[in-house]
Amino acid sequence: MLLIHCPYCEEMREEEEFSPAGQAHIERPLQPEDISDEQWAHYLFFRKNPRGLHHEMWLHAAGCRKYFNATRNTATYEIMETYKMGQAPRVTANEEGQS
Amino acid sequence: MSQVNRIAGSSKRINRNRTLTFSFNGKEYQGFEGDTVASALLANGVDVVGRSFKYSRPRGIITSDSQEPNAIFQVGSTQATTIPNPRATQTDLYQGLTASSTNGWPNVDFDLMGTVGKLGGSMMPPGFYYKTFMFPQSLWMSYEHLIRKGAGLGASPQQNDPDSYDKMHHHCDVMIVGGGPAGLAAALSAAQTGARVIISDEQNEFGGSLLCSTQSIDGQLPSQWVEKTVAQLSDMDNVMLLPRSTVFGYYDHNLVGINERRTDHLGEHQLQSTRQRVHKVRAKQVILATGAHERPLVYGNNDVPGCMLANAVSTYINRYDVVPGKQLVLMTTNDNAYKTAIDWHQTGRKVVAIVDTRAASNGDLVNKVKKLGIDIFFGHGVIEVKGSKRVKGVDVAPINATNHSVTGPAKHLACDTVASSGGWSPVIHLSSHTGSRPVWNEEIAGFVPGATVQQQHSCGGLEGIYALSNVLSNGFATGAIAAQAAGKGDGSYVGKAPKTSDPQEDASMALFHIPHSKKTSRAPKQFVDYQNDVTAAGIELANREGFESIEHVKRYTALGFGTDQGKLGNINGMAITAKSLGKTIPETGTTIFRPMYTPTTFGALAGADVKHLFDPARFSAMHKWHLEHGAEFEDVGQWKRPWYFPQPGETMQQSLERECLATRNSVGILDASTLGKIDIQGKDAREFLNRVYTNPWSKLGVGKCRYGVMCKEDGMVFDDGVTACLDENRFIMTTTTGGAAGVLQWLELWHQTEWPELEVYFSTVTDHWSTMTISGPNSRKVLEKICDVDVSSDNFKYMDWIEATVAGVKARVFRISFTGELSFEINVQANYGMQTWKAVMAAGEEFNITPYGTETMHILRAEKGFIIVGQDTDGSVTPQDLDMDWVVGKKKEFSFIGKRSWTRFDNKRDDRKQMVGLKPKDPTFVLPEGAQIVFEKNQSIPMKMVGHVTSSYYSACMGYSFALAVVKGGISRKGESVFLPLSDGTTVEAEICSPVFYDPKGDRQHV
Repeated sequence: MLLIHCPYCEEMREEEEFSPAGQAHIERPLQPEDISDEQWAHYLFFRKNPRGLHHEMWLHAAGCRKYFNATRNTATYEIMETYKMGQAPRVTANEEGQS
Repeated sequence: MSQVNRIAGSSKRINRNRTLTFSFNGKEYQGFEGDTVASALLANGVDVVGRSFKYSRPRGIITSDSQEPNAIFQVGSTQATTIPNPRATQTDLYQGLTASSTNGWPNVDFDLMGTVGKLGGSMMPPGFYYKTFMFPQSLWMSYEHLIRKGAGLGASPQQNDPDSYDKMHHHCDVMIVGGGPAGLAAALSAAQTGARVIISDEQNEFGGSLLCSTQSIDGQLPSQWVEKTVAQLSDMDNVMLLPRSTVFGYYDHNLVGINERRTDHLGEHQLQSTRQRVHKVRAKQVILATGAHERPLVYGNNDVPGCMLANAVSTYINRYDVVPGKQLVLMTTNDNAYKTAIDWHQTGRKVVAIVDTRAASNGDLVNKVKKLGIDIFFGHGVIEVKGSKRVKGVDVAPINATNHSVTGPAKHLACDTVASSGGWSPVIHLSSHTGSRPVWNEEIAGFVPGATVQQQHSCGGLEGIYALSNVLSNGFATGAIAAQAAGKGDGSYVGKAPKTSDPQEDASMALFHIPHSKKTSRAPKQFVDYQNDVTAAGIELANREGFESIEHVKRYTALGFGTDQGKLGNINGMAITAKSLGKTIPETGTTIFRPMYTPTTFGALAGADVKHLFDPARFSAMHKWHLEHGAEFEDVGQWKRPWYFPQPGETMQQSLERECLATRNSVGILDASTLGKIDIQGKDAREFLNRVYTNPWSKLGVGKCRYGVMCKEDGMVFDDGVTACLDENRFIMTTTTGGAAGVLQWLELWHQTEWPELEVYFSTVTDHWSTMTISGPNSRKVLEKICDVDVSSDNFKYMDWIEATVAGVKARVFRISFTGELSFEINVQANYGMQTWKAVMAAGEEFNITPYGTETMHILRAEKGFIIVGQDTDGSVTPQDLDMDWVVGKKKEFSFIGKRSWTRFDNKRDDRKQMVGLKPKDPTFVLPEGAQIVFEKNQSIPMKMVGHVTSSYYSACMGYSFALAVVKGGISRKGESVFLPLSDGTTVEAEICSPVFYDPKGDRQHV
């Protein structure tokens, strides 16, 4: 059971209050009609599955109902940071899949 | 029977003034307050307490703690209070306790399966179940049933648990697991910094190993130091002491789960408090002081009752004044176990011999034993035990541990008890729960906690520190360090560590498996895991058959699969695997320990969250009326919705036909309050709707409603409903009952993550409104009677909404239809719902207004071909598949959600499953929902399936049965026949048709 810091509420709260919302920092193409099926498919379906650092979205579902980002180690479940939507992570992996 | 093994000792752990009577396997016995069931049975000289799982061999008590594999009982006198599989060694005795063996039939002393087992046992090698019973697989369940009946595990209670349970949540600076010398020292040291400390221990009192130790601390009995320390801790406001509290799990981010047994030791169904309480502790720092478990040695017939752990024997003597036999043989690989011989000797009973596997030892305890005149056989092992229901003697022979051989003739010694010690294994279970891999410590021949990402410390026996003075100083130091890490104190212990002098000990020997003069496969059985009857020979056979990974060995042999989770046998099993594969133990590795540390009852985990508190139910404001009018209910999400309203004597089908006909011919009323309602406001609300719905919203005027379909980005339909324009910048969106929460979350997701620049606000108002839909040709006449606004067709058009006063209540009335009939949806503030409903019912009386439920709603909408998202769609259906391209905006500027995906190759295939209607050839036959559809009737199995039925009913209005279905390329196949092979072997035929069966032009809803 994780203990998660909501960057909007500015409090550590129990995992029960949150729901995970998938990989973070996926941007919707601005002109979907202008890109190929393959590019669109990448946006739709392709997701990272690293062992190690992962940037992911969470929803403070039973709290402020804000979506925010977290940098979490998928192997140890450590949460390095949480940050607001639109902000960039401070903790990043050097290479994809590296922890 | 009297307590033949209870001696006139001086233990303060039992209260001889309070005699407790209990029964075991139907016989009455007596023990004392402070006893466990195990100590009381041993006091009474009970040898056989169960039968083994596979071979049905008689088994006795081996341990005095959570490792116990044999004394696993059914405890409790009724089907409501009975508990399966608690360990007798951890079950406190109370007056009237009723226990029985969980296995052995007809009884443990004469066991029918034992006879079978003796013959069948040799035919039950490891992997036996896989090899013998897995084929045909369909019979596995019945095999398993028979095996379990013969061998036996505990039985579940057959009646509801009468006890209550609860939960508490805590935050603390330092959580200490284990109240032995290390834990108590750590608690004292941490608490003196002012840190908030919680210390829990699984036993009935704090002290751990000190409760049965004879080594003095500060010149006093160790129990006196415990008493003093516990008193000191109790006096501190910042310390919480939890005895009888097992930490069952250590979870991520320092969450510790504790089960406190509050009344189990007092008797069954005690009313003075909750029976058990789960504490969930979020600790800044966790100190694991879980100590170590003694390891038994693996030798021939080591399961005959009377074979015990050395330390368990000492515990029964020192803590319970019980000597579990008359003549002891002790086998050991270390000095420490010599204490057991000394303890036994001091009771006046005979120590026959000490069998020490080492060549020599000159430790203090060894020399003390020598002075007592006890025989010691160095370089020897007990290779085999004689006896069946009790040890009668042992064969002792010189051994060579290096090449695993017996080097000389065996000598027979008569005895009735064999105590063995192969050293100690730190209790690493909890530290492993969070994924930390234990590491092998060569010096102590045991695993200790490895690296972890938790804010975790460990001390004492868990770290392989065994000498009491070191354990205490390590505990004090660790407590201070943990407190400092939690922000309290400077990291050093300010008090004075108590004085104690440890006996000097010679090195112990890393030995696990005692050789026999015959090779392992021919020798008498040498048990490793008693609970699953896993032997050394079985493990070696598994290794020979190619199972080399310890995880595979575990699953193939069932090593460590019992309720003891391999506490007693796992390290020995790993050592035997390592030896037979020519590897070291660290190379072989350990299996992973997971929660629960010991079995925890469902009651404790559920706490108070049972029955109606388990999952809340939601009711509309008119629920009481529905109850009074005999409604049958259906669960839709958490909502209880009326399903249908049977009249006396009616079948469900008769009710539905009556409700349908009444609605089509006069007027019906539906409680639609549960539909999700989201209030959407802001200057960009309209643009937002354009982006999330497939159809356009730019021109929807105030006072108008529009049906909309929402897709996911992959183009698949995920919700639908009507949205009304309340004001230029304000809309009310309705969603499906089950989809309300998901839709709100979906809107918030897009707004917060992609389009924060849009000024739009969402608020769920589902519960603010009561909604009743009156539907049917007479619905206007009903409304006119109680509404202050002209609702004629000229003034109130289809897909309009108006504000009006209905039955004296301010209302929003929507002229929308889900039945295809003239319909009005009356929305009033929820607390006026019942009053308005009753007024509508009164106004409708002259038209025989008929309440209907969700089932009639489903039939009526299906007759019109209206979809229900989640029933007719499944997340793989586009609006085009539904033949609903009319709901897709063609000129919308923004590339709304889902649009781009419709031009993907897969979504353009013309053989996609498309929604159609089906008319069975037999007009009275209702196709089963979910039935598969094929084009060709005569195909070999597996047939080529081309679709399935999504909704299917009998229509009383049309007089025939009909269905909605998805069929490959179905839209262009109207008029063709399809076939439905059913589960009963018959095949029925149906014709593909338009999904709109009733009033295809829509005249009725427009009147």
